[in-house]
Amino acid sequence: MAKESSLKNMVSTLFIVCLVSSTLLGGVYAITKEPIEAAAIAKTNSSISQVVPSFDNDPSSEVFTKELEGNIYKVYPAKKGGEIVGYAIETFSTNGFAGRIVIMVGFNPDGTIFNTSVLSHSETPGLGDKMVEGKSNFSVQFKGKNPADFKMSVKKDGGDVDAITASTITSRAFCGALESAYKVYQLCVEAPTNKVNSNE
Amino acid sequence: MSKLNLLTKGIIMDNPTFVLVLGMCPTLATTTSAINGLGMGLATTFVLALSNIAISLVAKQVPDKVRIPVYIVVIAAFVTILQLLMQAFTPGLYATLGIFIPLIVVNCIVLGRAEAYASKNSVIDSALDGIGIGLGFCLSLMTIGLIRELLGSASIFGMKLIDGDGILAFVLAPGAFIVLGYLMVLFNKVKSKMY
Repeated sequence: MAKESSLKNMVSTLFIVCLVSSTLLGGVYAITKEPIEAAAIAKTNSSISQVVPSFDNDPSSEVFTKELEGNIYKVYPAKKGGEIVGYAIETFSTNGFAGRIVIMVGFNPDGTIFNTSVLSHSETPGLGDKMVEGKSNFSVQFKGKNPADFKMSVKKDGGDVDAITASTITSRAFCGALESAYKVYQLCVEAPTNKVNSNE
Repeated sequence: MSKLNLLTKGIIMDNPTFVLVLGMCPTLATTTSAINGLGMGLATTFVLALSNIAISLVAKQVPDKVRIPVYIVVIAAFVTILQLLMQAFTPGLYATLGIFIPLIVVNCIVLGRAEAYASKNSVIDSALDGIGIGLGFCLSLMTIGLIRELLGSASIFGMKLIDGDGILAFVLAPGAFIVLGYLMVLFNKVKSKMY
């Protein structure tokens, strides 16, 4: 069975076990670092291409930030032949039913929403997660709407949005995120060439 | 105990979920769908098998008083490796299982098998024990997930069976307790008839 314990062998055993484990972890970290980054970029890129019209530049490399109400938002400009065809704005809401919701919202140059894509959320499966595209028709209603004349709040609150049944909190958070994305979009239109934010 | 017995005892005799009632936190939390349950079960099986092998290899050299810290370091290392690998190669599954992957470290099944079995038995037996118990955990989680998904979202493995919603309570926390409770009754009834 196990050896008698003495200070010396306890310290040395723990030292060796920790050394071997951390070496192993360091190795795995080094191997997986690139695939993890690639997976994150691929996810961002695929959501960008979902939410803006077809483009021929690399929006991730031309990303710039805008500040709105103390928060920093990432804006990915989509261009075709040098012309802006849309903005993909990474927006979020902290008012979700279960924490932070991050959404990619794409705007056409005229201010209408091209499409939306939920990047991350922890909403209840079967209820709040219906905001994810493809799980219900909730996200479809925003396509082609211009927040300037489409009131971005649920019908219960006097807006134009059909909320998800039994998930009013999630729907409100979704609308809130879209609302701030629209404000960020307006900032982009005012100063489109502004690559680096003054706060950076 | 024969080698085959080692592999299969986790499924019925020593089923970690319905008989030993260990690891209830991931059992209740991740079984909202069959895929999630299966993913969590496979992740735990991976950690169980590897940590059992590693611990049975070093157990004789480890002084008695520091054995628990040593086991925890070994288990935590394997869980972190698993987490990094999942993040790199199965980002979709990693996104759904989220925080429950790091929590495998404190899953009492893993530490329980290390202390109760791997530290006293040969490497091969410990590996089989880890895989067997992991398999039992995996099947239990998948069954709970399958039933919750079927009743709660009216689908199986993500495929919609009928249009419309299921009984929402089964996707939420109460459904987990209800399904687990009824399955436990059923399981123990069947088990008592078999032996």
